[in-house]
Amino acid sequence: MTVTFKVNGKPVTVDVPPDMPLLWVLRDVLDLKGTKFGCGAAHCGACTVQLRGVPTRSCVLPVSAVQGSEVTTIEGLSSDGSHHLQRAWEELDVPQCGYCQAGQLMSAAALLAKNPKPSDADIDAAMNGNLCRCATYIRIRQAIHRAAAMKMEVTVAGRVRGSGASTP
Amino acid sequence: MRRPFRDVTGHVSRREFLQVSGIAGGGILLATFLEPFAALEALGATPAAEFTPNAFIRITPDGIVTIIAQNPELGQGVKTMLPMLIAEELDVDWKDVHVEQAPFDATKFNNQFAGGSRATPTHWVPMRRAGAAARVMLVSAAAHKWGVPESECETASGVVHHRASGRALVYGALAEAAASVPAPDLKTLALKEPKDFKIIGTRIRGVDTHAIVTGKPLYGIDVTLPGMLYATFEKCPVFGGNVVNANLAEVRAQPGVRHAFVIDKGSALGDRNGSGLDGFALDGIAIVADSWWHAKSARQKLRVSWNEGPGAEQSSARFAASAAELSTQPPQWTLHRDGDVDMALRSAPKIVRAAYFYPFIAHATLEPQNCTAHFRDGKLELWAGTQMPEIGRGLIAKTFGIAENDITIHIMRSGGGFGRRLHNDFMLEAAWIAKMAGAPVKLLWTREDDIQHDFYRPAGWHYLAGGVDASGKLVAWRNHFVSFGEGKTFATSASIAPIEFPARFVPHFALEASVMPLALPTGYLRAPISNGVAFATQSFIDELAHTAGKDPLQFRLDLLANVQPDTPASGEAPRGQRGSDFDPARMRGVLELVAEKSGWGTRRLPRGSGMGVAFHYSHSGYFAEVVQARVSHSGKISIDNVWVAGDVGSDIINPLNAENQVQGSVLDGIAEALAQEITIERGRVVQTNFHDFPLLRVTQAPPVDVHFRKTQFAPTGIGEPALPPVIPALCSAIFAATGKRIRTLPLSKHDLRWT
Repeated sequence: MTVTFKVNGKPVTVDVPPDMPLLWVLRDVLDLKGTKFGCGAAHCGACTVQLRGVPTRSCVLPVSAVQGSEVTTIEGLSSDGSHHLQRAWEELDVPQCGYCQAGQLMSAAALLAKNPKPSDADIDAAMNGNLCRCATYIRIRQAIHRAAAMKMEVTVAGRVRGSGASTP
Repeated sequence: MRRPFRDVTGHVSRREFLQVSGIAGGGILLATFLEPFAALEALGATPAAEFTPNAFIRITPDGIVTIIAQNPELGQGVKTMLPMLIAEELDVDWKDVHVEQAPFDATKFNNQFAGGSRATPTHWVPMRRAGAAARVMLVSAAAHKWGVPESECETASGVVHHRASGRALVYGALAEAAASVPAPDLKTLALKEPKDFKIIGTRIRGVDTHAIVTGKPLYGIDVTLPGMLYATFEKCPVFGGNVVNANLAEVRAQPGVRHAFVIDKGSALGDRNGSGLDGFALDGIAIVADSWWHAKSARQKLRVSWNEGPGAEQSSARFAASAAELSTQPPQWTLHRDGDVDMALRSAPKIVRAAYFYPFIAHATLEPQNCTAHFRDGKLELWAGTQMPEIGRGLIAKTFGIAENDITIHIMRSGGGFGRRLHNDFMLEAAWIAKMAGAPVKLLWTREDDIQHDFYRPAGWHYLAGGVDASGKLVAWRNHFVSFGEGKTFATSASIAPIEFPARFVPHFALEASVMPLALPTGYLRAPISNGVAFATQSFIDELAHTAGKDPLQFRLDLLANVQPDTPASGEAPRGQRGSDFDPARMRGVLELVAEKSGWGTRRLPRGSGMGVAFHYSHSGYFAEVVQARVSHSGKISIDNVWVAGDVGSDIINPLNAENQVQGSVLDGIAEALAQEITIERGRVVQTNFHDFPLLRVTQAPPVDVHFRKTQFAPTGIGEPALPPVIPALCSAIFAATGKRIRTLPLSKHDLRWT
């Protein structure tokens, strides 16, 4: 089956079995290895991508369901690590093994897009489906707060300069 | 890592000026820099020889300092920590260091494994010597060039200085000359005084953090080779079972399938001594396809008739019944005995008896086991996240009858290890499948494969009796430990140290053991042995403190002060005896520190809230921890805070990572205690995925305050020893909150409701 959709802003067309989960299309067909396989059952969140901005478990999503859609993966958050969440993750050195972190970042990015200044409770609610086997949760929480602060700084600076730009 | 600009002439003053100007002036001045190699070519020179004083360091004339990280990285931070030690003594700035992961190479590296929290104690001196040796050679090259004594030269930030004459040369400019300086005797090298450390003790981010947050391929699962096929491997759900027949023709007819075949190597591979296999059998059905999804889809059509073998008789219920039966009989043997415990238990005014149990647990690394293998011209190349490549290589060489030298292992970053990847079963499977398929193959396990074919943390039973005297002092301790094994040999990781605490702190002590057979692979899970033993012993100490009417923390301090005079011990101590180097003063130190930091005994908590304390010594580390927890009327546990005090010696090499490791260890222990359990029915593991083998969630993660007590001892590892105490500390906090004593894990099986 031929499926056409956008990945990180770029149109792609793949010819794969219609039930092939988006995860395997990303990893093994499009060679985007940042999205990880953890459980194959939407239990762990390692495979989280954004589908039209909504955090989505790509390991159980048949590729046929993304026809015509917009998918964002960790590689699309920014390829150079300039996204405020990536910068915060680096600043606090969140990862241990690092395997879950792409999924964590994609869930966190969707949270901040909706809620620029989340509370601990907001973070817990948004991030509860992303498991970290190394349990870096304390730093994940801190890094989301830090990224929110960075985003605010940019917004404020933008207003001061009168550029009208809000967020990168 | 940023590549430093290096003027090939090595004149620091000019280059430093340019760097400063470059930063101040933005890109314009930077654009006037010559690319280092372009400069050499412009001068008509060929790139000079690089300086590789040893297997760990490479300095090229362009000034790039590459440090080789020898050990497998699983998230413990070793790929950053070992190069930090080298860079410290090499005397370069960390920002100028590029770190590279070494492949497995026994000819160059010692102890190239990840396990036992051993990297720090093993490499603390050798890695610094490797850096110091290179520094000495660079100094010698500079001194020779300038015609001055080496003693007049010094180094800083990758530059050799001769202060008297104001001359200086960057390391890159000395690379060629240093390459011909004879290597110094490592043992005579002077190492830096701790006060001069510039890298050790500073907060250094993981060398792979940037690649992780940008989704770069790093892990075994990310490996891709030209012409690579993908495999899935179905094993008998009963350990030790093998294939009778399967509908291979139907599977082969599925879309994308290239091969489907039976592997029938039997348990001949499973010798328990030396192979690292401990009884796993290479039997099952391999399906090789154009994509992993094709292979996995075809597997759903697979129908196998198994010969399940005697393992099918096993169940958790039977193990529990056997353990209860063994507990009523005389122990099979005695591990350690002091004094006369029978007499002491008869005469002690207060006696407590309790039976403790902890279950089997899986490792559940988030990256399922996988390996990519390629056989070519009788040689084998492997890409794997493995903690113990050397054992894997030996195993594969033996299985295929090929020379170890013909096997190359690329060590990939692992998405978690926790001891699972000390075993290399997945490597052997991948190698076998690749050989049969005649193509490079990536074998990837499903989560279900991973949960159901682990080397499990063994379950254990402790039948304890203790006596306190009229003054509240512990005078007698008996532990009849019921575990798995054969004869007087414990199954892997199912043992206990003969002088495990409180041996030598109680006048009348007996540690006895009985074992039952087990046809299930067991292995090392983070803080192995300790992660179960600490729960039983520290919880029981808490019971004894309660019985004695003493504060649980003070009772422990008193116990640690009660060192028994050396008496000739009886009992049979098997190999691997641990704990003899236990220093009670260091443990008292961390116990006092955690009491202070947690405000132990200073807060009045309402009913339903409580604090618990515990300590444990393992992997050369001393840890004492306090948990404050709440139990709701409906029995729901919430953890408010955990305080940790640890003593791992004189230096916390990388505090940024050390704090992360300790917090992770503590939360890992909480996850184990709350709800993790592997149960066996009809020889099969019941659990399949994260819905029935739950990992901790962000909502369950309390704050964890980490404090280190620095002592004069050489530094030791940080990946494991913080885990064991949190489990009994949590259980004792629940007792303090509810009056319910937790003697079996996991907590999810307890009814903690109260009114």
